[in-house]
Amino acid sequence: MNVELKSVSKYFDSQIALNDITFQDEINSVAIIGPSGGGKSTFLRLLGGLIQPSSGEIFLNDLQLQYDRQSLQSYHKKIGFVFQSDGLFEHMTAIENVMLPLVQTFHMPSKQAFSIAISLFDKFGLEDQRNKYPHQMSGGQKQRVAIARAVSIKPTLLLLDEPTSALDPEYTAQVLDMLGELQKEGLKTMIVTHEMGFARHACEKILFLSNHEIVEYGLSEQMFQQPKTLALQSFLDLVLEWKI
Amino acid sequence: MVLVVILFIGFFWISIHLIDLKLNFQTLIPFRQRFFMGFLMTLMISIGSLGVSLLIGLVAAITQECKVLFIRYISLAYVHIIRGTPLLVQIYFFYYIIGTAWGMDNRYIAGILILSMFEGAYIAEIIRGGIQSIERQKYEIALSLGLSSVQTFRFVTFPLVLSRILPALAGQFSSIIKDSSLLSVIAVIELTQTTQEVSADNFRMFENYIFVGFLYFLLTFSVSILSRYLERRFQYERRA
Repeated sequence: MNVELKSVSKYFDSQIALNDITFQDEINSVAIIGPSGGGKSTFLRLLGGLIQPSSGEIFLNDLQLQYDRQSLQSYHKKIGFVFQSDGLFEHMTAIENVMLPLVQTFHMPSKQAFSIAISLFDKFGLEDQRNKYPHQMSGGQKQRVAIARAVSIKPTLLLLDEPTSALDPEYTAQVLDMLGELQKEGLKTMIVTHEMGFARHACEKILFLSNHEIVEYGLSEQMFQQPKTLALQSFLDLVLEWKI
Repeated sequence: MVLVVILFIGFFWISIHLIDLKLNFQTLIPFRQRFFMGFLMTLMISIGSLGVSLLIGLVAAITQECKVLFIRYISLAYVHIIRGTPLLVQIYFFYYIIGTAWGMDNRYIAGILILSMFEGAYIAEIIRGGIQSIERQKYEIALSLGLSSVQTFRFVTFPLVLSRILPALAGQFSSIIKDSSLLSVIAVIELTQTTQEVSADNFRMFENYIFVGFLYFLLTFSVSILSRYLERRFQYERRA
């Protein structure tokens, strides 16, 4: 999956979120890390086609991202997106949430969508959650259902925006295990995360965003062992200070 | 609950005795047919107005967010003027001035339209509040799933807005039932007008109005029970 950004900037009113980002690489699994307010979520949401850049262009596999509703619709057929929290529709059961894009976006017969959803629930240990509403599930279960929905459409790229930041450690492990499994199966992912262990061991590359710019990008292990910039060094010192 | 009912009845009973009022509800029996017709008329006007006011409310709620300024201002002016003036004034104004000018002769249709115009402004605000209460992320989820605008409205906006505004809408329907009594001023023979006419015949104002109050309560209480049922049905946090 080739991801390319050409001079992309994003402003919210007059507030800058991303400043003149240029990036190009063949993506397998990338963790986006960096201090809060540095532009990580904005970067991911731009790639997910949820917001439009103030300037610049975005390409996925050499196809430029267009922002009319129809182009966006076909773009979203290829991209899975998992939100930080409350990513499910509260008025639908877990299985209805998963079936919704299959039936409505991909016009799949309900029976086929149902069997896809069932196999995903079985695969991720969510058999008992099928007919539950989001308020009846734990945070970890909700996130796993959200991930199941995102991968049900067989996306070419899965984007995850801090999927574990609102979870207890126990649930965080469940979600990360599930993601690790999907990555091993070859799913291309970009994840905004504060879980440094996951970023280091489960993701091939790291993108360090700070002050609205890409400060460093490279192989995970290398970046953790030999950060090139003072900004990444200080960031890692700070987030790893209390880690065992 | 039972104690509260006994307390209320007891209080009114004592009050009636204190002014030495002798109530005889049998005097109403000869007029039962007229009361029934009045009751039916109130019911029909209320249901008719509910339908039309929902439509007006929906249009006004949507056009308040319209990008065409002219349409948005018309909608805003409508909501503010209607909500800022008494229904009684509107009934006189629309029926005797606008209605006469434009040849609206049928006082029943005029009554339904005037009542709908009035309630529609309140319903517009209820719907607008409901739409605004939907978190932006819900639309982002819909977008990320590749849903079209129509699908987003059908599967996300509509069910969520409906569940959130249902209690307020039911309350508004109760208001429509009670407000319909003011249409008696243009001689729409609904429940209140019937009561005035019967009172002129049997001179039993207290019995007539107590009875008619009971009938109105019966209607609004039924709406309230129905609303509670629907609220539970659509309140997703409680659904098992």
